Amino acid sequence: MSKMPQNSADVPESIIEPVPDPLDEAAIGAAVDNALAAIASAATLEALKSARLAHTGEKSPLSLANREIGALAKEFKAAAGKLMGGSRGRVAKALAARSDVLEAEDAARILLEETVDVTAAPRRRRAGARHPLSTLQDRVCDIFVGMGWEIAEGPELESEWFNFDALNFAPDHPAREMQDTFFVEPPEAHLLLRTHTSPVQVRALLERELPVYVLCPGKVFRTDELDATHTPVFHQFEGLAIDKNLSMADLLGTLEHFTRQMFGEEARVRIRPNFFPFTEPSAELDIWHPGAKGGPRWIEWGGCGMVNPNVLRAAGIDPDEYSGFAFGMGIERALMFRNEVADMHDMIEGDVRFSEHFGMEI
Amino acid sequence: MRIPLTWLREYAQIPAGATAEDIMTDLVKVGFEEEDVHRPLDSISGPIVVGQVLSKEPEPQTNGKTINWCSVRVVPEGTAQTLDIEGIDPTGVQGIVCGAHNFEVGDKVVVTLPGSVLPGDFRITPRKTYGHVSAGMIASVRELGIGEDHDGILVLATLGLDPEVGSDALELLGLRDEAAEINVTPDRGYVFSIRGVAREYSHATATKFIDPVSRVAVTAATGQGYAVRFEDQAPIYGKPGCDRFVARTVTGINPSAPTPIWMSSRLRLAGMRSISLPVDISNYVMLELGQPLHFYDADKLTGEIVVRRAKDGETLKTIDAKVRKLDCEDLLITDGSGALGIAGVMGGAATEVSSATSNVLIEAAHFEEISIARSRRRHKLPSEASKRFERGVDWQVADIAAQRAVDLLVELAGGTEEITVTDVGTRPAPVAVFLPSGFASRRIGINFTTEQVVGSLEALGAVVETVDGGHLVTAPSWRFDMVTPEDLTEEVARLVGYEKIPATLPTAPPGRGYSRMQQQRRRAVQALADSGLTEVLAYPFVSKVSNDTFGVAAAGAERTAVKLANPLSEEFGYLRTSLLPGLIEIAKRNHSRGSNDLALFESGLVFLPEGTFGTASIPPLGVKPSEEVLDALYEGIPYQPLTIGALFTGKDSPAAPGHTPRSWDWADAVDAAQLLAEVTGVELLVEQGSHQAFHPGRAAVLKLRNGDVVGYAGELHPKLLSDAHLPARTVAMEINAEKVFNAAADVIVAKPISTFPVATQDVALVVRAGIPAMTVLETLREGAGELLESVALFDEYQGAGIPEGSKSLAFGLRFRAMDRTLTADEASAARGSAVELAATRFGATQR
Repeated sequence: MSKMPQNSADVPESIIEPVPDPLDEAAIGAAVDNALAAIASAATLEALKSARLAHTGEKSPLSLANREIGALAKEFKAAAGKLMGGSRGRVAKALAARSDVLEAEDAARILLEETVDVTAAPRRRRAGARHPLSTLQDRVCDIFVGMGWEIAEGPELESEWFNFDALNFAPDHPAREMQDTFFVEPPEAHLLLRTHTSPVQVRALLERELPVYVLCPGKVFRTDELDATHTPVFHQFEGLAIDKNLSMADLLGTLEHFTRQMFGEEARVRIRPNFFPFTEPSAELDIWHPGAKGGPRWIEWGGCGMVNPNVLRAAGIDPDEYSGFAFGMGIERALMFRNEVADMHDMIEGDVRFSEHFGMEI
Repeated sequence: MRIPLTWLREYAQIPAGATAEDIMTDLVKVGFEEEDVHRPLDSISGPIVVGQVLSKEPEPQTNGKTINWCSVRVVPEGTAQTLDIEGIDPTGVQGIVCGAHNFEVGDKVVVTLPGSVLPGDFRITPRKTYGHVSAGMIASVRELGIGEDHDGILVLATLGLDPEVGSDALELLGLRDEAAEINVTPDRGYVFSIRGVAREYSHATATKFIDPVSRVAVTAATGQGYAVRFEDQAPIYGKPGCDRFVARTVTGINPSAPTPIWMSSRLRLAGMRSISLPVDISNYVMLELGQPLHFYDADKLTGEIVVRRAKDGETLKTIDAKVRKLDCEDLLITDGSGALGIAGVMGGAATEVSSATSNVLIEAAHFEEISIARSRRRHKLPSEASKRFERGVDWQVADIAAQRAVDLLVELAGGTEEITVTDVGTRPAPVAVFLPSGFASRRIGINFTTEQVVGSLEALGAVVETVDGGHLVTAPSWRFDMVTPEDLTEEVARLVGYEKIPATLPTAPPGRGYSRMQQQRRRAVQALADSGLTEVLAYPFVSKVSNDTFGVAAAGAERTAVKLANPLSEEFGYLRTSLLPGLIEIAKRNHSRGSNDLALFESGLVFLPEGTFGTASIPPLGVKPSEEVLDALYEGIPYQPLTIGALFTGKDSPAAPGHTPRSWDWADAVDAAQLLAEVTGVELLVEQGSHQAFHPGRAAVLKLRNGDVVGYAGELHPKLLSDAHLPARTVAMEINAEKVFNAAADVIVAKPISTFPVATQDVALVVRAGIPAMTVLETLREGAGELLESVALFDEYQGAGIPEGSKSLAFGLRFRAMDRTLTADEASAARGSAVELAATRFGATQR
């Protein structure tokens, strides 16, 4: 029960009546009935407050009657006390019950009044977006790390030796020119922008203990003009496995496992003969892409092969003891056929609408 | 390599009706990727027939031109016209207006009848012109797409042709043929010939191969031909530049004899223009056998031919009429008069075959690959000849190719073969390669039978000898890519078929997962993206001005930057030293496309050369360099730290009911830097800084605890923004992420948590406006002592009640002890000493 008003001035003049006798059951009963009627008819908490003051306040008939008990002869006090206690208790109980009802109604009304249009909620915590090339590269790395491989990285501005000679590109061989290399000034410094991430493979072989199973993702550079399907700066990932007794069947198995993680259980791989200075035998890699636009089909994705013994020798590894395979694929190309990006410009221009469409996923 | 199908059919068993696409599908199996299809019928269609001019009436026109009104018979006399197409006359004689004059009545010509289509989607219909209905056209070679000549129409007699009237001109002109174009990898020079392609086709389809060499009967020499001598004074890598020179002479050719249509149409499909009969023959033989030839006008030669290197200052006027300064490494063909040509690259103008040539000297030589490659590169003269020599030409085919050219000159140009033959040089000793038993099987993962191994190699033309423990394999003379057991393994696998290789998954040893740095980078970029920034990837090519502007803090200083030797654009000819130019470009592009509210970031390498730059030389291939050489290689690689940059412009979010967007400001740039350091466990200190690319009063320098400067953040310089047409108040940050990541502790040591209540106290200090808030905060921290749990700046005020030139900074201090509840007096005392230190240091007063 809430606090009783303490100030008699709060009691309205109009309800001041003659003080009933605390032994007069009928008068007290009438006062209780009056109180209960006022409580029952109170429609608001405000009205209930008035009823409480009128019927239980200091100047209310019941309070005044109760105060009279002290003046009664000793033998009447018990009866009067019992009558007044019971009567006042009924009123208090009714007040409490009515108050609960009205408070509940009030709370419900306030909540209803607080209704908002949830469809108009502003976005306050807005996630940004990764570039889909980065997301896809991370995805590729995760798959290989899951297979126990490690991720190796290296510089983009690289020594000619790591980019070419260490990979068995002879100085005057036409293959060296096919790479459309960006050279830097002065040429005598023998530095260039790496044309593939393969120099990282050589670095990995020089720096790591055998066996080596590494994936080398990163940016590479070729002097191609930008058009719908070419860009002078693009991303590759190359894999390298050097161990005892690795064969081309192991290469195929690795590519098949990876491809299935990437494109679904239906995905398959196929290889065709090709030439690269750093692998022998060499092969071109096609994948069967079950989700390709316009229906499943074979898609050219990269190159692969058994690491040329000269590459192993460049890293001081005995090719009679160790062998291995390598492969390389383009991330841009994967994004084109996996996510149906039709134009390279969308990937390189940095238009935020392109990345935001992907968000954090790919 | 473009392969006309009629040509290939002479030496390979192509199924009837096979298309260029079918041929490419077969060749891809043995390693030749499809490139293109060249099919004249895709752009030209009939009825295009042989016609005979019956009458020719010249009619002068008012415009000054004279046209010929002709009647042309297009079916044989006495035969009915069977074509029922609007405009085709049932009599078999067409009325045609012709603007050309180079023909006479009786000449046989090519008539494109109504209904035919010529290259360029030129549709022939009867049309009214010059007062006649012209029902068809008498075609020129250019209109037919088979030549450049547009001066007159094609008179068939000039090609030595006299076909029947009404016959199919498309067939006659070779236009029903088509060519497959394949990509030939650099290791297989021999496939730059019909001979090589036919051989590979036979491998791909297990069909019979007819070697074109077998059709040539080399004349037994009766004596020494033209005198030729080798005098290589400077062989490259010790290899002589020329090790075979066959010279043959044909006399009395008719220089104006036409190139037969079968030859010119094949050349055209193969991608070469028909020039003159002798030139066409030399190209034809090269395409067929892979041996480049050179024809000299024998009457212009002066004495003995000497193959030698160029002398200092020597020059040569090549057949393209350019005078070229020769290098002493260039291998030359010379005679008494000087240089005749750069061997295998381009001939000289003085001795070339002309329309007056009657006696021809044929050169079929074998040149060393590297020498040719270098001369070609040096003089920027890629040619069909150099392409083949660089990749290696069959030493043994020279005399056969020369004979084939002799035969064609005799047959087509009416020449006489001289039966003296020059053939000097020594055949390089063939090298046998040992292929251990089981080697190919182990490398490929197929258990090859001996028959598969030996059979495949023999099919390629190799000689295989069985020896103890394996086979000794001698490659055929046209193969230069079969020198290791691995090379032989590839050949066996290729012929057996790559599709037969099984798939097995090898197990990698237990890995270590991502490196610390890789994890930090991923966390940092992910945190930026999660907090609302969009990742972009810019090209690393920037202008010199950009590098100078963004690269250094000192105004106007030139940045040391890497310059590209062969940039795609001279303007963007440098490698970036900062990510900000790229971010600004991308912001501009987005702006121009209507995206005005941007929060961008990039993570990538920047190129900061300092100290050693590269190495003066590089070690050879196939051997591990010494540690010193390797160290020098590593040392020479310029510093390329992983860097993260961000740029913000416009509003942080779109307006929405109950949401007022905020403009990005300098603090967002600082905050982004703080965030990426925080998520990688590194404390970043922010100090008032200065950088020429930033607003002088709104730039923060970012430092590590050890004092290393790792980046800048703040508002970009207003001048720079207006120059870039970006909105004012665009902000940015850039940080050397590598240095930040490296500053992270290996292990974070736990801090005990006190469960006693906190005592909070606020203090407002008035200090000079120039004193950084962070300095005051650090001073309070120092002064408050160890009871201080944390201190934070929560308000900054300047204005009424604060003296001019001062500011009020309000800090919230939280005090707590590990072992007891602090009394109000203890907290106040700690606060008091904090304030006191600030007062001593900066004259700070409590507000």
